[in-house]
Amino acid sequence: MPAVAVDLRGTAGVYWRLMAAGFRRQWHYKLAMFSGLFTNCVFGFVRAAVMVAAIDATGGFGGYDAGSIGAYVWISQGLLGAMQFMSAELELAERVRNGDIAIDFLRPVDVQLGNLAADLGRALCTLIPRGVPSLLVGSLTFGLVLPTSPESYLLGAFSVLLAAALSYLSLFALTMVAFWVVETRGIRSLYQTGGTFLAGLFVPVHIFPDWLRAIAESTPFPSMLQVPVDVLSGRVTGWDAAHLVGTQVFWLLVVGAAGRVLLAAGRRKLEVQGG
Amino acid sequence: MVETAVRASGRRTGPSGSRWSPYAAVLRSRIRAQRTYRLSFASDLLGATMVGLVEFAEVWVVFNQAKVLGGLDMDAALLLFGLSNLAFALAQLGFGHLDKLPSLIRLGTLDVYHLRPQPVLLQLITSDFSLRRLARATVALVVLTTGLVRNDIDWSASTVALLALTVLSATVLFGGLFVAAAGCQFFLIDGAELTNSFTYGGSFAASQPISVFPTPLRLLFCIAIPVAFTAYFPTLALLGMPGPAGLPSWLAWGAPLAALWVWALAGALWRIGTRHYQSGGG
Repeated sequence: MPAVAVDLRGTAGVYWRLMAAGFRRQWHYKLAMFSGLFTNCVFGFVRAAVMVAAIDATGGFGGYDAGSIGAYVWISQGLLGAMQFMSAELELAERVRNGDIAIDFLRPVDVQLGNLAADLGRALCTLIPRGVPSLLVGSLTFGLVLPTSPESYLLGAFSVLLAAALSYLSLFALTMVAFWVVETRGIRSLYQTGGTFLAGLFVPVHIFPDWLRAIAESTPFPSMLQVPVDVLSGRVTGWDAAHLVGTQVFWLLVVGAAGRVLLAAGRRKLEVQGG
Repeated sequence: MVETAVRASGRRTGPSGSRWSPYAAVLRSRIRAQRTYRLSFASDLLGATMVGLVEFAEVWVVFNQAKVLGGLDMDAALLLFGLSNLAFALAQLGFGHLDKLPSLIRLGTLDVYHLRPQPVLLQLITSDFSLRRLARATVALVVLTTGLVRNDIDWSASTVALLALTVLSATVLFGGLFVAAAGCQFFLIDGAELTNSFTYGGSFAASQPISVFPTPLRLLFCIAIPVAFTAYFPTLALLGMPGPAGLPSWLAWGAPLAALWVWALAGALWRIGTRHYQSGGG
């Protein structure tokens, strides 16, 4: 233990390298990322058309206008690849099921943080071929208005990072349930569909009826998409934006702690079984 | 359980001892297998019901704010969503698992299908039959029924015929989209997500009033991937509404033709795909 504590720089180095490895691994899947971008754009076209029509039909549509709804649609489509919403189950789930996770426990890398680092690498990599081109396509077709102040981008980048970490950690916590349940598909599809909806993917949380918005805001989901979109698009600025990012940090700690508790409990169960 | 088994074996000796009986036997065993693990089945059903409810909630939230979108109000949107989603859910029941083709190719499992003396596509279609998807169809059916009750529809034999024809053809159409997607997946193993844009994207577009789209998208959804025929045109006809300019009302009866076109496309893509397929050498 003391050795680990002393060699902090070496420990950080391991996670840094895991992140770089995650990035490089994702970089190889170019066709996958292009096809992801294509699909993001098709959904972007359809969503943007519906939203623009809805704005034309109403006076105030959650405070959006044609430019800001464009920013919402195309930023959210661009971020989608980074967030663990639509993905199949984590590779980790199979390791939990077949007991290979026992090997991971023996490694000198924390299971939760190590996997988080690798996934952040993957997430950052998707932003280049999916995030940026999505904004370009959006600005060339339906048009979108982006903020002019640098702090929106700085805080926005931080908010995107927090959202990516939060979305991974919540899927991680969900995956830990596989220690007790063999098939997690039902739970996962509940999480994915309910989660993407409450996160504000198809319809912004701001146009939910009040009761539905109250439900959404009592979950970590808006922190995974609506919040980074709001900060990055400049819809929310200054202290309000800082407050939103604070909410993200809060959920990150809660969901991260839940994942750790489940991981520790699962580890004890695994030892009982002799996995 | 025993009762099912007896009935199943009783039927096998019946007149269906034809070339279809292997498929029927596989389907029956799939259904039995899914019902055996009760808890897993229940969570699957709950998950699938949620998918249906959430998809409806997306449409509902927009109409709740906008009141009228693309000439349709909330009640009309119920019809639109019910028609398109019922057909999509039914098509998914039969064809949705073709999505898994890339992993079959990657793992070399597809070779097994090629070894059997039956058409690969038919085997794939019957290789999985997820009862959970009935939950999604049920949600759509409830929405559609609500729409049929709440709207002022001029009921006649032709209205009923239009409804039946539309649901049937639209199911076939969406099924064709899944087959077309599968055909492309022989080329796109890594990029299989691309085909989601015309299966799931098509279904998403079909549940929106097509009139809100700019011209290129309208052409896409009326002609190339003609999902407008699955719900939008029939909804206009059921409500006796005139469509957008340039789109005559008899288009509502066009769903079978649209389905035929999609299947022509799907057949071609599937043939090209299977010809291109070279085993992983497993």
